[in-house]
Amino acid sequence: MKSESLREAYGKKLVELGRVHKDLVVLDADLSSSTKTQAFGKEFPDRFFNMGISEQSMVTTAAGMALSDLKPFVSTFAIFLTRTYEQIRQSVCYNNINVKFVVTHAGITVGEDGATHQMVEDVGLMSGLPNMKVIVPSDSVETESVIDYLVEKTKTPYYVRLTREKFPVLNEEGYQFREGKNTVLRDGNDLTIFANGSMLSFALQAAEKLKELAIDTAVINVSSIKPMDRSNIIEYAKKTGHIVTAEEHSIYNGLGSRVCEVTSEEYPVPVVRVGMKDSFGKSGKSWELFDYFHMGVNDIVSAGVKSFREEKKYETIS
Amino acid sequence: MEFPSDMEIQDKKLDNKTLFNIAQSARSLIIKMVYSAKSGHPGGSLSIVDILTDLYFKEMVIDPKDPEMPNRDRLVMSKGHASPALYSILALRGYFPQELLMDFRQLNSKLEGHVHRGVPGVESSTGSLGQGLGVAVGMAIASKLKKENYRVFAVLGDGEIEEGSIWESLMAGSKYRLNNLVAILDKNGVQLDGFTKDIMPMGNVYEKVKSFGWNVMEFNGHNFNEIHAAFDFARKSTDKPVFLIANTVKGKGVSYMENNPKYHGSPPASNEEYEQALSEIGARIYEK
Repeated sequence: MKSESLREAYGKKLVELGRVHKDLVVLDADLSSSTKTQAFGKEFPDRFFNMGISEQSMVTTAAGMALSDLKPFVSTFAIFLTRTYEQIRQSVCYNNINVKFVVTHAGITVGEDGATHQMVEDVGLMSGLPNMKVIVPSDSVETESVIDYLVEKTKTPYYVRLTREKFPVLNEEGYQFREGKNTVLRDGNDLTIFANGSMLSFALQAAEKLKELAIDTAVINVSSIKPMDRSNIIEYAKKTGHIVTAEEHSIYNGLGSRVCEVTSEEYPVPVVRVGMKDSFGKSGKSWELFDYFHMGVNDIVSAGVKSFREEKKYETIS
Repeated sequence: MEFPSDMEIQDKKLDNKTLFNIAQSARSLIIKMVYSAKSGHPGGSLSIVDILTDLYFKEMVIDPKDPEMPNRDRLVMSKGHASPALYSILALRGYFPQELLMDFRQLNSKLEGHVHRGVPGVESSTGSLGQGLGVAVGMAIASKLKKENYRVFAVLGDGEIEEGSIWESLMAGSKYRLNNLVAILDKNGVQLDGFTKDIMPMGNVYEKVKSFGWNVMEFNGHNFNEIHAAFDFARKSTDKPVFLIANTVKGKGVSYMENNPKYHGSPPASNEEYEQALSEIGARIYEK
C-alpha cells in the first residue's frame, strides 16, 4: 500500500484552490516549510502572511481578515496553535467567522522531537469550542477532499488535524469527505473499531487478526469528530454490540470519549479505548512510539478481545 | 440645540460645542446604563467617550443606515469592557434606538456586557484584552488586498498593553506598513487592581511604540482641538501605521470616579452617587 504525506497534500491543494479563489489567504508562524504552506507563499506572495513566531497575532489577524470577507487558512504545528486557545475562542469562534485552522505535526508521530512537540490534547480542546468543527483526515486523499470542501462549501471555523508522517492511502481516488458522516471501510458483525488519522490503517490490520480469532470486525473512519455521525455509531453499537476506539490522541476528550458519550446516551455497549492514557509523549521513532504507548496493531487486537471479556464480567455480576 | 442632521455630520461640520454636547449626552447614558444594570465599567467608558464621539461624528467614513457598507471605516473596540461608551455613541449616531441601552447586560438584550458583534455598528466581539489590535491588523491588510481603501481604528486600554499579544500585533502592523491603521491608546493610568504604574510599569510608551516602527503622537484625549490634531496627524501618515497616545482621565466628568480604580468596574454605589454623577455631567441635551 502506498503512503503519502497529508501535509504535502494540503499544501498542494491550497495552491490549486488559490488559483481559483482570489480571496484565499494563508497565514503561518515561521513553519511554512514544515506545514507545506510555503508553496502557496511562492505562488501568491501577496496573499501569504508569515507572521513570525507570533501565534496570537496570527490568529487575531486571521480573524480581522475573515471579518473583512477574506478566507484565511491558518497553519502551524498543533502544539503551537493551542497557545492561542483564547484568541480562537473569542475572536474566531464567538464571532463565528470563516477562519480555517489546519495544523500539522499533531500526535506522537512527530517522533524524535519528543513530548514538548507531541500534541495529544487538541481534539478535546477544539471540540469544546462552540461553533468550531473538528476534522481528522486519515490520508492524503481525504485531506485534499476536506480542504476542497472547506473552501467551496463552508463559512465558519474549522480545525483540521494533520500529522508529520506519511500514512497509507486508504481512501479511493474520487473519495469525497462528508461532514458528520462516518465511512465504513470494512463491515463486520461482532465488533466495531471506530478510528481516524494514523490509527485507521492499524485498525484495518487489527481487524484481519481479529478475524483469525473468529471476531468479525467492522472498521469505521470517524474523520468528522464534530459534528459526529451519531446514527452510524448507534447503528453499529446495535449491530455488533462491542466497540473499540483508536486515536493518536488522548483517550480523554477525543474520539474515544465522544463515542462513549453517544453510546452511553443512546445504546450502552462495552467500549474499550485505545490512545494516549493521560500521559505526555516521548522521543523515539514514530512507529516505535505506537507500541511503547500501547497503541499498536496488537494493542487494538487486545482491546477487541477485552471488549468481550467485559461482557462476561457483566454476565457474572447479573 | 437641535441634534445635528446627517448632512452636517457627513460634511464633518460639527463644531466643538456640538461634539462636547454629544459626548456629555453619552456620559449620561453610560451612567444610566451601568446604574440600571447594577454592573459594568464606567471609568474606562468615561475616559474614551470624547474620542469615540469625534471618531463616529467627524472622523470615520460610515453610514448608520448601511452598517455593512463595504468600504466603511472600521473600529475595533479592543478594550471591550468600555462597551457602555461604544453602545451609547452608536445609539446617538443612529445605529439603534437609545431605549435599547437600558437593557444593557440583561438576558435577551443584544447589548452584552462586553462589546458584541450582534449589535449594529460593532465590527468584532471583544472583551478579552489584547486581541483587538490583531483583528484590526487583519482588517487593514484586507482593505489593501481588496483595494477597498477603508481605514481601521483600534481602541486600546493602557492596562491592556500589558498583554504580550499587543506587541506581536505592533510588529505585524509595522511589517505590513499599514498606513491605514490607527491605534488609539486610552492612557487613563488606571486598571482594575489599581494604577498601571504600580501594577506593571510600562515606562515610556511613546518611545517603545516608536521603536516598533509606528508613527506616534501624544495628545489630550478630552480636548477636541487636540483630538482633531491627532487625527490630522494620523491621516497624513503615509509610510507607517499610527499610534495615538491619548492622555485621559479615568472616570472623566464624574468627580468621585476620576482616577479612582474602584470605578473601573463598578456603577454608582447609591442613588446619591447616581444623582451626583448626572448633575455633574450637566448638559445632556441629545439624550432621549
